[in-house]
Amino acid sequence: MARVVVSVPPRARRGDVVEIRTLAGHPMETGFRRTQLGELVPRDIITRFSCSYNGVEVFRAELHPAVAANPLISFTTVATESGTLEFRWSGDNGFVAVQKAEMVVV
Amino acid sequence: MIDRRAFLLLAAGALAAPARAQLPPNIAALRKAALGEAVHKATGGAPVRAGRVKLDLPPLIDNGNTVPLSVSVDSPMTEADHVRSIHVFTEKNPQPNVLSAYLGPRAGRAAVSTRARIADTGVVIAIAHMSDGSYWSDQVNVVVTLSACLEDGLI
Amino acid sequence: MGRETRAMQDDDGFNPAVLWLLDGESLWKANCAACHPIEKMKGVAARYPALHRKRLINLEQRINLCRTEQQKAPAFAYESRELLSLTAHVGRQSRGHPISVEISDGNRSFFEAGKALFHRRQGQLNLACVQCHDERWGKSLAGTTIPQAHPTGYPLYRLEWQGVGSLQRRLRNCMIGVRAEPYAYGSDEFVELELYLMWRARGMKLETPAVRP
Repeated sequence: MARVVVSVPPRARRGDVVEIRTLAGHPMETGFRRTQLGELVPRDIITRFSCSYNGVEVFRAELHPAVAANPLISFTTVATESGTLEFRWSGDNGFVAVQKAEMVVV
Repeated sequence: MIDRRAFLLLAAGALAAPARAQLPPNIAALRKAALGEAVHKATGGAPVRAGRVKLDLPPLIDNGNTVPLSVSVDSPMTEADHVRSIHVFTEKNPQPNVLSAYLGPRAGRAAVSTRARIADTGVVIAIAHMSDGSYWSDQVNVVVTLSACLEDGLI
Repeated sequence: MGRETRAMQDDDGFNPAVLWLLDGESLWKANCAACHPIEKMKGVAARYPALHRKRLINLEQRINLCRTEQQKAPAFAYESRELLSLTAHVGRQSRGHPISVEISDGNRSFFEAGKALFHRRQGQLNLACVQCHDERWGKSLAGTTIPQAHPTGYPLYRLEWQGVGSLQRRLRNCMIGVRAEPYAYGSDEFVELELYLMWRARGMKLETPAVRP
């Protein structure tokens, strides 16, 4: 699986808005580049990113070739209850990466 | 570095299909139209008002390959009044869409950050779709600079 | 480089090179940690290129020497993910350390060779490094500001590459820029030039892994 990094605060107070940052190792080949011989380098990007919080999707993003390589996506979510945040990246050529993080909410 | 065989192939290819890798002369107009279409697709043609959205990216960009970009929207993010989605577009890229983010009241704040590719000096636009159906936007003019010395192309 | 690029570099968790650092950490634990506690690597990158049995070698070559001589394993290719990740991980241990390359009788001939290379006109454009990076730093070249060219953060994440690369990759870039035939990776010329450049940057803090446009 591709290398991914997520930062979720391990602990939060109920109702806090927590910032989540994610980074995924991926070249995000745009499909617009050409080789020196003029051939188009085929597109190969992450197209979708989602975050579920105890099974409920709380954030989703659609990515296009204009997202830089090794995409960073930061967003926020309300700390509602202790549990698992699951992050999923998917894209061209069957690309899938999944990462989980636990957060304790007091 | 390109070797002799590759160079000959390259030259032959260049003679055979001169227009294959060239941009059409009216590219600016085409891209403007594409941007308009992309915005229309995201908004369904609804009116978009300037305001409530803050698009942050450096006005002078070191390298268009990786540009830190943040969008935040002034919204209480309650069940009754929140941001449903945020869409970012740029004017001068081969295709205008950058990112679409889907939020909702569980977000707590309407704030998304990423790193974008901005091909050329021009406009970057962020449009937010609110829970009441309205669309709000912000736009930033950016200047993109490029490295003076570039590596070989791909082979 | 702009403020935002600097911020990317200083962002500990999300400097884009972190993806390579994590790989480097895994590789280190699997291959090197048995003999080398990572803490012992503090300050190491700041004094390379260094002498090894009277030969001048850079950090990449030092790692490969361990691979081939101690581990009896094949050397990692230059610019391979493994070599870049390991060099980044080792370099990271010296972040904040002043570059401390010293010239002595043992390496003086290499130093002089590197200095000569820096001052030598080359390529179709017939330019020497010194002309841009000593004489005209701070001025504009095609919309970009000419830096003094101190290699304080290698291997680094270059936005132009959208990935991590070594100092030698960047130097090859420069040579292609003046339309010269670039030296091969691992060549004596490059290591001598690295020595000169690191000496020229002596005292500056190492920023590995840096982010550059």
